[in-house]
Amino acid sequence: MAAPLTQDEALFQFLLRMGDNTLILGHRVSEWCGHAPVLEEDIALANTALDLIGQTQMWLGLAGDVQGEEKSADDLAFLRDVWDFRNVLLVEVPNEDFGRTLMRQFLFDAWHSIQLGHLMKSSDERIAAIAAKTSKEVAYHLERSADTVVGLGDGTAQSHDYMQAALDYLWPYVGEMFASDEVDAAMVKAGIAPDPASLRTDYDALIGRVLAEATLAIPDSGFAHKGGRNGKMHTEHLGHLLTHMQWLQRAYPGASW
Amino acid sequence: MKNEWPLWEIFIRGQHGMSHRHVGSLHAPDAEMAIKNARDVYTRRNEGVSIWVVEANHIAASSPSDKGPLYEPSESKVYRHPTFFDIPDEVGAM
Amino acid sequence: MYAQMVQSEASTDDPEKLAAFQARIDAGEKIEPKDWMPAGYRKTLIRQIGQHAHSEIVGQLPEGNWITRAPTLERKAILLAKVQDEAGHGLYLYCAAETLGVSRDELTEMLLDGRMKYSSIFNYPTLNWADMGAVGWLVDGAAIMNQVPLQRTSFGPYSRAMIRVCKEESFHARQGFDAIRKMATGTPAQKKMAQDAVNRLWFPALMMFGPSDADSVHSTQSMAWKIKMNTNDELRQKFVDQTVPQIEFLGLDLPDEGITWNEERGHYDYSDPDWSEFFDVIKGNGPCNTDRLAARNKAWKDGEWVRDGLLAHARKKAARKHAAE
Repeated sequence: MAAPLTQDEALFQFLLRMGDNTLILGHRVSEWCGHAPVLEEDIALANTALDLIGQTQMWLGLAGDVQGEEKSADDLAFLRDVWDFRNVLLVEVPNEDFGRTLMRQFLFDAWHSIQLGHLMKSSDERIAAIAAKTSKEVAYHLERSADTVVGLGDGTAQSHDYMQAALDYLWPYVGEMFASDEVDAAMVKAGIAPDPASLRTDYDALIGRVLAEATLAIPDSGFAHKGGRNGKMHTEHLGHLLTHMQWLQRAYPGASW
Repeated sequence: MKNEWPLWEIFIRGQHGMSHRHVGSLHAPDAEMAIKNARDVYTRRNEGVSIWVVEANHIAASSPSDKGPLYEPSESKVYRHPTFFDIPDEVGAM
Repeated sequence: MYAQMVQSEASTDDPEKLAAFQARIDAGEKIEPKDWMPAGYRKTLIRQIGQHAHSEIVGQLPEGNWITRAPTLERKAILLAKVQDEAGHGLYLYCAAETLGVSRDELTEMLLDGRMKYSSIFNYPTLNWADMGAVGWLVDGAAIMNQVPLQRTSFGPYSRAMIRVCKEESFHARQGFDAIRKMATGTPAQKKMAQDAVNRLWFPALMMFGPSDADSVHSTQSMAWKIKMNTNDELRQKFVDQTVPQIEFLGLDLPDEGITWNEERGHYDYSDPDWSEFFDVIKGNGPCNTDRLAARNKAWKDGEWVRDGLLAHARKKAARKHAAE
């Protein structure tokens, strides 16, 4: 039986969850650069990825400070292995097609915007400050991804089918965002962050409204994959992502770029 | 029918108090998406505070051959320009 | 350059109109889309601006190749912002071409089926991280040589697009130089990458300017129309003169033994690139031609349902709004 987490250890885990989500999703979205369906979307996706990379620098930078081992955001991003990552599984699944990419973005943005709304009131001023800055970016991400989900869901029969297939595939990855554990309990107790489970009502209302407008049916299943945010069991995809992302740092240790 | 997204002309107000200025064009399925695309395409370097979009084929333009009749008459109305009037120095700023 | 070996069209228009048109250009006036213009001017510009736009779009691919492997979060963000700018530049240029009566989709289809070309440089691979520095510094540096004078080109929309592009382009060359400088002064392995990148990309960069066109009729016509501002050799020499001291500053070996300072000319002498290789690349036999076009074709084809879907939704929405009124 492991010793209970100290407050700083719990805070570190919480910050990794925030930063790894934006790191991995930003990486996935950046894979689109140069390959999007139309120039305007190519540029918009790159903006989203850029925001997420910037947010990662803030969250992982703070995580490094809290950890107290003199690690930079880059050290945490490029020199940890799969089991140390704390992102939800949703953000690491492959892009597949534009429909799945935008549906994943929407399902994440909806959670992200609600979460940041709460974090703006965090008892930890550093967290409140990051949330205040990033919530504006995320509000725009949500607006754009929601519009696109509606546009494609309520577009042609073909685009509707793509979006329904995307929602069906991604739905089992939604529940993990609302799972609570001892890290969350410590955050709630210290007034740092809300209990994930408490965000579900707002989330369901938000996505319910958008998906209805998109004429898409939410799958009738409460099943949720888990293992990402506590690191117990990531998907096979994360390792492949890291082999790309971390290659230079791993192959040429100690170099400065 | 060709399914190309319509072309939109984009006007951006760079700072409060300035007029909107034409910055370029882009394609979008409708006005709402044109505004979003304009934000992503034309304000990547903090260039704007307000965006107008107009579908390109809704813009009525003077034809180049009208150039004489439309603009030359104003050239003769030099009195519209403040420098037309000689104000003695001792009167001060005006 | 980004628009290489653009064939100009001979004009068969009324000589009087042609003379008046040429007089406007000689007087430094800008030609706007609704103005009368010779058919040859229009056709040549569509070809040139189109090729320029295609180069920006295909040019996203060799650098995009390294976005997921950038070694730090900051480098990743810089590279992504840079490649995103290329998409933006392509977009501005397509819009400029569209004012001449051709649609972006038509231009895209001509790129995808090989009827229109893009710059030879983007048919070379990016093989190590220092290439990201070298592409920004050498390739964008070469492009800037051509784009700065094009800000004064006679066609208004092209000139305005170039002004916007140039404003953003100096960020590209600077970030490239900064990235390769870090490597040239880094570990032995990093320095090796930097040298490899410069050696590999030097001659392809020189080829960007195109073969000597001092005697080309196309070039003479385009220069009279002010849609080409300098000869290829002038720009290439300017590029060599600017770049050689920068390579020396980085402490890297010069990629061409033929580079020597010529006191008499006041310029660097340099070896001519292998023009047979250039013509092979132009014909489709460069190291990456097939892959580049396949990637663009795939993106276009895979994206069709998205473009159609969003447009269908916009039409439904407009119809619903109309019905409600």
